[in-house]
Amino acid sequence: MSTAVQNTTPPSGFSEFWFYFSRNKGAVIGLAVFLVILVLAVFAPFVAPHDPSIQNREVLLLPPVFSAGGNWSYLLGTDAVGRDILSRLIYGARFSLFIGLVVVTLSVVSGVLIGLVAGYFRGKVDTFIMRIMDIILAFPSLLLALVLVAVLGPGLLNAMIAISLVNQPHFVRLTRAAVMTEKSKDYVIGSQVAGAGTLRLMFLTILPNCLAPLIVQATLAFSAAILDAAALGFLGMGAQPPTPEWGTMLAEAREFIQRAWWVVTFPGLAILVTVLAINLMGDGLRDALDPKLKRS
Amino acid sequence: MLRFIFGRLAVLIPTFIGVSIIAFSFIRLLPGDPVMLMSGERVMSPERHTELMHQLGLDRPMYIQYFDYLTGLLQGDFGSSIVTKRPVLDDFVNLFPATLELSLCAIIVAVLLGIPAGVLAAVKRGTWLDQSIMGVALVGYSMPIFWWGLLLIIFFSGYLGWTPVSGRISLMYFFPQVTGFMLIDSLISGQAGAFKSALTYLILPTVVLATIPLAVIARQTRSAMLEVLGEDYVRTARAKGLSPFRVVGIHALRNAMIPVITTIGLQVGVLLAGAILTETIFSWPGIGKWMVDSVFKRDYAVVQGGLMLIAAVIMIVNLVVDLLYGWVNPRIRH
Repeated sequence: MSTAVQNTTPPSGFSEFWFYFSRNKGAVIGLAVFLVILVLAVFAPFVAPHDPSIQNREVLLLPPVFSAGGNWSYLLGTDAVGRDILSRLIYGARFSLFIGLVVVTLSVVSGVLIGLVAGYFRGKVDTFIMRIMDIILAFPSLLLALVLVAVLGPGLLNAMIAISLVNQPHFVRLTRAAVMTEKSKDYVIGSQVAGAGTLRLMFLTILPNCLAPLIVQATLAFSAAILDAAALGFLGMGAQPPTPEWGTMLAEAREFIQRAWWVVTFPGLAILVTVLAINLMGDGLRDALDPKLKRS
Repeated sequence: MLRFIFGRLAVLIPTFIGVSIIAFSFIRLLPGDPVMLMSGERVMSPERHTELMHQLGLDRPMYIQYFDYLTGLLQGDFGSSIVTKRPVLDDFVNLFPATLELSLCAIIVAVLLGIPAGVLAAVKRGTWLDQSIMGVALVGYSMPIFWWGLLLIIFFSGYLGWTPVSGRISLMYFFPQVTGFMLIDSLISGQAGAFKSALTYLILPTVVLATIPLAVIARQTRSAMLEVLGEDYVRTARAKGLSPFRVVGIHALRNAMIPVITTIGLQVGVLLAGAILTETIFSWPGIGKWMVDSVFKRDYAVVQGGLMLIAAVIMIVNLVVDLLYGWVNPRIRH
């Protein structure tokens, strides 16, 4: 008599996550595109065909290879001072991903800490914190970032600080709401009765159970940060020329809009593809991490 | 309801004070002091500097200065431009209709296209139609609108020559500003072709500014509809034999609208942030371009006043949305 072999161990956290994540085809495509961009960014010096800042006076505003007059050594053409656009885009990926990473780290760490304090202690501390967040949210984010950069001085670092600051209230609100729901649950009360201290309750008992919405929001903030930094660069308040940052490249390209479409088209396309890939991943993460949607 | 209104107003006061503190301190956080900012590149003797500081009341304690500033705000004094010397409030009142016209057109386009698109995607869930609508929506949501604007200019203005590149109306037309809304003023003026001209100038900026709200509204409508379509009362309505159009259009859509209305309200901040970029690209003479220009001209008095006024507009709109929401959904009030 043969018995069916049944695997009764529950799936590991990751394989369960991957099961739900991979059901969303868009998310998998997004992840793949994101990984390609990441690899290009990391290995930029090896991948880029040219130095991003070398100006070749022989080939000003050279069209891309597939249009008339193109040249195989400059696949996506050159800009107004003869720099290779492809190489600048590849190096630009470094800036955009770096901006996203720094902004998300800054706003998540500060936002989660503040939100945790507000949601855990409630009362006057909570009211005070939430009023401050209301004040930040009363300004259009880009305007506040623009003004902050005007105060701090234009540049990539200041742009990142400004964008982190305007992004942070979302994390505060989200953490606070999640903490408030979790705090009254039995396992928290149980652990409190067992003698767990405040810090232990906050960081080890409650916080891990609030992570799902935060991870999703962090993905969205990552792409929003890339967009905002590019917008500031476009307005001339972000990374300064000749940095090959995508938004800054677009700002430099604006005057050639009627003569050389490729100088304008490719940097924006790079921004769109990167942001789209991250947002696709974000949708997949939400499907995989949100238990409410899982069973629907 | 009255209690609800007063509750909301009470929350608004500390926010207003906080916003005014930010606007007040902004100019003092800049390197140098306001007098040095005003003098610009010119050299000023220390005596003259002290005199001006005294004259402007800048040598008094900070809290007294802030109190004066706040009193000024409440009396409608938002400062004057360092460059043009005109009161900031006057400029704002002159330029705001342009931004309002653009934003209203954008939100109307976004709502008129976004809600049907979201409903359609929800009803046809899982089909290629749903996937294409949501795909397009996600692209729109991820769009760097400053680039999108440039692309549209390259194609429609440069290649096809259909639309103008910048401004609000052709220079051929001149008529008095009655409402400040170019579309309405051009109609009132009765000049042949003026309305059409205003419309061609408005169309590209509207598309650009509507892109992100449209995508957000379509996504939100779809998920709200999906939630509602699974409810018992929808099944009951279907079981009663009501037409699918009636079930979706009346029973489901009405209940799905509550979160969508909130989303539309939240787009005001998005619109104003988007107006900064859109107006810069299309040289649209509204408050977004005005703020960017002032930042570049280092006209910090305008930036300060503009910041305060824009925040006030957003706070008022948010309050109105909140109240509307409380009115639509009585559960919120308690």
